[in-house]
Amino acid sequence: MSSLSVPIYMDYSSTTPVDERVAEKMMTCLTRQGDFGNPSSRSHPFGWAADELVEEARKNVAELLGADPREIVWTSGATESDNLAIKGAAHFNVRRGKHIVTLKTEHKAVLDTCRQLEKEGFEVTYLDPLADGLLDFDAFEKALRDDTTVVSIMHVNNEIGVIQDIPRIGRMCRERGIVFHVDAAQSPGKIAIDVDEMNVDLMSLCAHKVYGPKGIGALYVRRKPRVRVEAQIHGGGHERGMRSGTLATHQIVGMGEAFRIARDEMASENVRLRMLRDRLIEGFSDMEEIFINGDMDQRIAGNLNISFNFVEGESLIMSMKDIAVSSGSACTSASLEPSYVLRALGRSDELAHSSIRFTIGRYTTEEEIDFTIRQTRAAVEKLRDLSPLWDMHKEGIDLDSVQWAAH
Amino acid sequence: MAYSDKVLDHYENPRNVGVLDKDDPNVGTGMVGAPACGDVMRLQIKVNDAGIIEDAKFKTYGCGSAIASSSLVTEMVKGKTLDEVAAIRNKDIAGELALPPVKIHCSVLAEDAIAAAIADIRAKRGETAAEPAVAAAS
Repeated sequence: MSSLSVPIYMDYSSTTPVDERVAEKMMTCLTRQGDFGNPSSRSHPFGWAADELVEEARKNVAELLGADPREIVWTSGATESDNLAIKGAAHFNVRRGKHIVTLKTEHKAVLDTCRQLEKEGFEVTYLDPLADGLLDFDAFEKALRDDTTVVSIMHVNNEIGVIQDIPRIGRMCRERGIVFHVDAAQSPGKIAIDVDEMNVDLMSLCAHKVYGPKGIGALYVRRKPRVRVEAQIHGGGHERGMRSGTLATHQIVGMGEAFRIARDEMASENVRLRMLRDRLIEGFSDMEEIFINGDMDQRIAGNLNISFNFVEGESLIMSMKDIAVSSGSACTSASLEPSYVLRALGRSDELAHSSIRFTIGRYTTEEEIDFTIRQTRAAVEKLRDLSPLWDMHKEGIDLDSVQWAAH
Repeated sequence: MAYSDKVLDHYENPRNVGVLDKDDPNVGTGMVGAPACGDVMRLQIKVNDAGIIEDAKFKTYGCGSAIASSSLVTEMVKGKTLDEVAAIRNKDIAGELALPPVKIHCSVLAEDAIAAAIADIRAKRGETAAEPAVAAAS
């Protein structure tokens, strides 16, 4: 009998469970028997012990990036790191210029931070990606101006999993003296990161996408050549003045351990994930009217974002009740707009409404993949039987030619 | 997102899914919504000589609440006259299904679908100058 436990988790890009090894290490930093001291307490062993653990974790994070530990600033997560990086660099460089360039497919933490800066009088160019989700280098080059001070482009996109050509972007920024920020929340454990090869000045990271706890992240801040950011949170001057606040030893230790494991296990994990992901694609390959969103080559191994035409995403997820996924459908977001990422790719609203994002991870099994294929196929079939659009498609009606009576 | 039991019931066991012959003079067809909005409902009603709706069928592209709203509507209209059915308001549908505020628009669309189906049957019978709800280029 199968050992399958439902619901099956297929939403690893949203968050991950904490690895047992990570949780164990974290727990040693909590109670009286553990290392509960304040890492900033320079005067007694409680503080020294906690500080030592923090520095070990810092080293683990730095190693995954090919960075120096002194270049790692602890934050509460990638969102805070994005805020610190973009606002911090924009404000520090305000005398050189007030123009920022980014992509429409960035995470809200970047886009909304840019909107805030616009309110403060900065100018932001939001570039359209190419249809496969990759940066349009011609448009990018044209967008860079003499007064551009910050560029922010994510490494791996959270919705479609595409990987941007960061080294090339970094070179272009370096040539022009522009600070280059990369949101790499989705990267650790999935693809290699080398901040020097990538010509990156600032990089946002978090733990909870790579089997670490939620509520802890980091910002990589380059020392050579020196990159400066204005602090957004003031107080005791922690993290070389860049981010005040008592360091949460247990959280930091968790992130450090998660990053250490990621570095060790990434290669073998990717082989496994690619095999499983390809098995999932294979399971749908004979279906009509399905579209994979985003470039298939420049993509992380564990992501499949797929649109099932003529079926709406929220109803599909409702039908796939034993599988946890996310959708690019409007109904599943708080607003009634479809995924802005899929729209930026040029996907029609219909295909954006019909998309499902499957992201697999460390604990995904072949059995889970097969179950997912079965249940997804059955759901799509059932909903197509219910769909007037499917009927019209079968009758050969071109839906683009129809005049809809929308309300 | 938490769905009410009624919505789940209609979604799992939708009533009256299917098609009626749209060329039948006794059948009124209403299609409302747009794929770009993520909601398209097609409601069809078959009206007998006594003016009573004896059958209704639907097909819907949309979320669980949209499917439930249109399924419920097919139940609500059977056995009623056109005038009685024209009095159905979206809040009746939303209330019966316990739709949350963000899903009220699904019940509004269902109400529009009824109106469109009624307008179509009336136009076929020459009863009013109302235009059919959808002008398909076929």
